[in-house]
Amino acid sequence: MFDTCADPAALEGLSWFLCYLTSGKHMMFYWSFLIVLALLAVTAPVALGLGFAGALAARARAAPLRWVGKGYTAMVRGVPDIVFFLFVPVALDQGLEWLRHKWKCPDWDAPIRQGNDFLVCAQAKLPLSSSPQIWHDIYGFTLAVVAFAVVFGAFAANVLHGAMAAVPRAQLETAEAYGMTPRQVTRRILIPQMWAYALPGLSNLWMILIKATPLLFLLGVTDIVYWARELGATKSAIYDYPHPDWRVWYFLVLLAFYLGMTSLSERLFRHVSARLARGQATMAGEAMRKARA
Amino acid sequence: MSCWDIIADYGLRSIGIGERLLPRSDFTLCHQFTLIGSGLIWNIYFGVLALAFGFVLATALALAKAQANPWLRKPADWFIYIFRGSPLFIQFFLAYEALVLLPRAGFDIFGITVQTAWTTKAWAGALFVLFLNTAAYSAEIFYGALRSVPKGDLEAADAYGLTGWRKFRRVVWPTMLRLAWPAYTNEAIFLFHATTLVFFSGFPAFQQRGDALYYAKFFADKTFNPFIPYPIAAFYFIVLTLALIGLFGVVNRRLNRHLPGARRARLKVRPQIIR
Repeated sequence: MFDTCADPAALEGLSWFLCYLTSGKHMMFYWSFLIVLALLAVTAPVALGLGFAGALAARARAAPLRWVGKGYTAMVRGVPDIVFFLFVPVALDQGLEWLRHKWKCPDWDAPIRQGNDFLVCAQAKLPLSSSPQIWHDIYGFTLAVVAFAVVFGAFAANVLHGAMAAVPRAQLETAEAYGMTPRQVTRRILIPQMWAYALPGLSNLWMILIKATPLLFLLGVTDIVYWARELGATKSAIYDYPHPDWRVWYFLVLLAFYLGMTSLSERLFRHVSARLARGQATMAGEAMRKARA
Repeated sequence: MSCWDIIADYGLRSIGIGERLLPRSDFTLCHQFTLIGSGLIWNIYFGVLALAFGFVLATALALAKAQANPWLRKPADWFIYIFRGSPLFIQFFLAYEALVLLPRAGFDIFGITVQTAWTTKAWAGALFVLFLNTAAYSAEIFYGALRSVPKGDLEAADAYGLTGWRKFRRVVWPTMLRLAWPAYTNEAIFLFHATTLVFFSGFPAFQQRGDALYYAKFFADKTFNPFIPYPIAAFYFIVLTLALIGLFGVVNRRLNRHLPGARRARLKVRPQIIR
């Protein structure tokens, strides 16, 4: 990074630390914080969308659709989310490879599962074994995002389903009395009203999502936990910057990062919930009305 | 080899009784059910002990947080903030790396050597982290319940001349528990689910003695087939969750037994995902 860092052995004190903290590996460590933020930025909207679809499906009038919705919302109750984090990427990977195998190698007659092996033809591998490393990384990250989105979508479906049930029945009946169709009632009355009831659950879910991001490490993504272990481990004299076991300090940094993230979000949600309570027929809305009067 | 033989060999494998080596090939359904079920012993061990110790600390923390005295309130606030605001996964890593740094030979305190090696083992170190973690979450629940103890109950206690410890023991504490119980049930379920993280977070599984998910992953890695071991693990956890709800439901009925039927809070069978 800096010219003075060319010979780390000659450095001392503060300049040693400055060079140490700007080494190439550390840059990758800082970069991996962005991976966490990227995961949050992608997962949150996708999970919200999945949850929304799941909650609407659970209220649907067509029975098969309703069963799908109810099954999806019930999925995460009773089973630890980590089971899904381990299961979904592998299952998805094998499912995709199997589909490609059917499509690309139709004349392959050996069974896919031979004893303890899962064998598909070379053209069906995902990504192809000849593709550069970056595609393997992107594929792994995508599978992780899908796993997170599926699990948190089910959580969100629970929250939104509860919120839809919490909208006062009288509001919907009034809309029906005005001659609105079920679809109009859902779109004009139910969905706009529901957010105020959903917000506490959703904010709680966001916190759980933030606190679930280190599990990326379990899915084989080189995330902040991976780098903290890698960089903190004892470095002997053959390394440029030898140091004893510093993993505890690296994990303290991660702890501080997560504490900062959760308290920042908490403050943000307090603002949003105040905004949503305005004009609502709830205790918070009533308190706001009285304060202004 | 019949299924009974497999159960005899591997049923207690996770605590070091029975066959020493894990199966290498020919993984039957019976193998998977037996070993994953054997791993569940660890989940129950961590869950039950952390919950029992955590309950005591949580009550103390909730009381401290409700005090006006900042010397009691602030430490409780900070403890709850740190453990609720950061991921359990990171807490496990941090605790493990910190415990590894303790001197290998142990401390010398007044001529007595205090051993430290055992603290890095999962049964002690991970249990300690889980204990602190669940104490923080439960303390927040208990604090909320403590603040919603009806004023009338307290006035009635005053009218009867109850003060101090007796007032707490007979009026405040039972009411707090009654109000907190549905949320506390939920926390207990979360805790049991969180125990699956232990062997994925730095704490080594000594001689491959792991928990249910550890063995499920073992089978998934060996057979390249995730569609059998993970559903088995899921099945065990659903049974565990239902058992927990049943058990906590019994306690809930006892806590509410003095109330007229209509006012009794029924424990919902569907656990909320609020934490």
